[in-house]
Amino acid sequence: MNELNTKKTLNGAEVTLECLKREGVEIIFGYPGGSAIPLFDALYDSNMKVVLSRHEQGATHMADGYARQTGKVGVALVTSGPGATNTFTGIYTALMDSIPIVVLTAQTTTPNLGKDAFQECDTSGMTFAAVKHSYLVKKSNDLPRILKEAFHVARTGRPGPVLIDLPKDVLAGVCSASFSDEMDLPGYKIPTYADLSAVEQAAELLKTSKKPLLLVGHGAMISNASRQVKELAEKLNAPVTSTLLGLGVFPADHDLSLGMLGMHGTVYANKAVLDCDLIFSIGSRFDDRITGKLEEFCKNAKIIHLDIDPAEQGKVLEPDVFLCGDAKLVLEQLLPMVPRLDSAEWVKTVQTWKKRYPLTYPKQGGLRMQHVIHTLSELTKGKAILNVDVGQHQMWAAQFFNANYPRQLHNSGGAGTMGFGFPSSIGASFGNTTGWPVCCIAGDGGFQMTLSELATAAIHKLPIKIFVLDNKYLGMVRQWQDMFYDKRYSSVDLVGNPDFVKLAEAYGIPGLRLKRSADTERIIQKALDYNDGPILIHCECEKEDNVFPMIPAGAPITSMITEMPKTKLEKPTGST
Amino acid sequence: MNPIQEKAHSISLMVANRPGVLVRISLVFSRRGYNIDSLVVSPTLDPNFSRMNIVARGNPTILEQIIKQLEKLVDVVQAKDHTNMNVVEKELALIKVKCSPEQRTEMLQLCDHFKAVTVDMTETSMIIQITGNTDKIDAMKSLSQKFEIIEYIRTGKVIMLRGEDKT
Repeated sequence: MNELNTKKTLNGAEVTLECLKREGVEIIFGYPGGSAIPLFDALYDSNMKVVLSRHEQGATHMADGYARQTGKVGVALVTSGPGATNTFTGIYTALMDSIPIVVLTAQTTTPNLGKDAFQECDTSGMTFAAVKHSYLVKKSNDLPRILKEAFHVARTGRPGPVLIDLPKDVLAGVCSASFSDEMDLPGYKIPTYADLSAVEQAAELLKTSKKPLLLVGHGAMISNASRQVKELAEKLNAPVTSTLLGLGVFPADHDLSLGMLGMHGTVYANKAVLDCDLIFSIGSRFDDRITGKLEEFCKNAKIIHLDIDPAEQGKVLEPDVFLCGDAKLVLEQLLPMVPRLDSAEWVKTVQTWKKRYPLTYPKQGGLRMQHVIHTLSELTKGKAILNVDVGQHQMWAAQFFNANYPRQLHNSGGAGTMGFGFPSSIGASFGNTTGWPVCCIAGDGGFQMTLSELATAAIHKLPIKIFVLDNKYLGMVRQWQDMFYDKRYSSVDLVGNPDFVKLAEAYGIPGLRLKRSADTERIIQKALDYNDGPILIHCECEKEDNVFPMIPAGAPITSMITEMPKTKLEKPTGST
Repeated sequence: MNPIQEKAHSISLMVANRPGVLVRISLVFSRRGYNIDSLVVSPTLDPNFSRMNIVARGNPTILEQIIKQLEKLVDVVQAKDHTNMNVVEKELALIKVKCSPEQRTEMLQLCDHFKAVTVDMTETSMIIQITGNTDKIDAMKSLSQKFEIIEYIRTGKVIMLRGEDKT
């Protein structure tokens, strides 16, 4: 193990790189700067792939997109001060969605810490609240242990971002520690199987249910529990609804699939939530987007909550049974204990709702975002990776893209980070081994937050289909102002948008323009057929369109709105 | 809102002895706008770990959630609410009072009653050291107000489980 150490003396930066390799890291997304030079110098002689982003936020979202696509730990590397602060949005985005990334931030030298040195910032202090764990490395010899711990913490249990702050002298100093130094994490526990008596209780509750509903969240995706979820749904004969981040775990095409629930979920999923006598959450955290008014949510239903994070128990609502463990392992415990339920009547009812309240969109008027996404879903037969930004188009992607596979829809769910879609599609593209096209679905607002990464996509000739769904508005905010604020459109008009086709061309990326609904299929097919790097499709969409169904924030599910109301609505009481 | 209205909870934590651990712990409280009444950090027999005793007030359900979130921190080995458990709870206070030679006898009687000791005495002042549970110290402080209290400091609560088991 120690051969590298005996050959020649390694400095902290070289040891850091060697540790990354030992953790299986194949790619780093980064941006250099003064304090980070020792690391970039070590990278010069290394065969590690380095992707130079155009902004540190971009690098962090790329690491995140790579992690979502591969299930491996994504790595971002930036310099101190502003380089580090620019990563915060990305770190927080990863925390909210439990994404394993390791962010390496360079730092001023240890004697300079706390002295307002050039580009010094208290990076670990500023990020405590946004990381799963973090380190400020004070001694070069701590590096092998700390890097090992960082990757272990990032990828295990409930995954999350880990930050390592690396002072320049720690990177430049000699490191004589062994790569086999052991981790020292006495307080870190990783739940695996659930307590058997709790599993038995869950099985007993399930047995008596006549109207069961499975709720699939991101936890099921992270633990690769697709097969177990499907087996359970089919064995019980229970309909399945998904959170935004759970979409794809259970095939959308399946008879028992109800698609997404919640604020912009399907009518039938929300009706099922209202009517079920038992809801079994597998790796969801009962976010306010899905529960609506909490006091009314599943008021008369039994609740089983499976989560790997013990702190989720009772955080939002008190379940009848809490199963703490890894979704896949716990479902394997549970599967042999449950029979087929007496739920045929219920499934029939739910399927009637599915037929009676399908997702629709207006066909008249200009180009509809829903139409673009639906066509993309049809033309690719659902075999595409979608990195979606945040806003109306995001909800339509969740509604109209037929996701049958896990890890094909990538969304900033918890954080709702505008600017996430495009850079994360670059990360996903680097990690993509499916052979399917990677598509970025972004609105005109979010795309402009991180569009500098067009250069990154161009130089690496990444085969990304960049859909800019342009309604020249911040559509989701405009929709709220339209529905709840007397159409007082305040700061939502994105007048001044560039011609995105010309913009792409300025980066050497071909652009296609889509304006008429009738051209949708032809243009999208053209984009899909293009195979010489990225291509941007500027979709000039209907300006004022609203996402339905909608449950106003904080309202009970019964307040679901399925079309634009004629009368003025009360302002929502829930958050955002 | 008067923080006294809510019951004080005694929380005991075993944490890895690392820089930053105190910030991570206090952030779990501050995120919800919760205040920490008292905090004691001390080494344990094993130098790799520290013991923290925190007293905080608030809604019991939220405090229960806070304890779960404390336990989730990588550097926290154990977090427990010891309120209403069979524990020894002690704190120490120093009370500096104005005390003329004529007032001394009364003050010393008071000390005697509370098993407090004088640790400093001048012509005009006295420092009293008292140990015990929170109520006892509150009572001593209250009665000392008859004399003018110049200043007053207390350590915060330390907790240990009764019997052979570890806290």
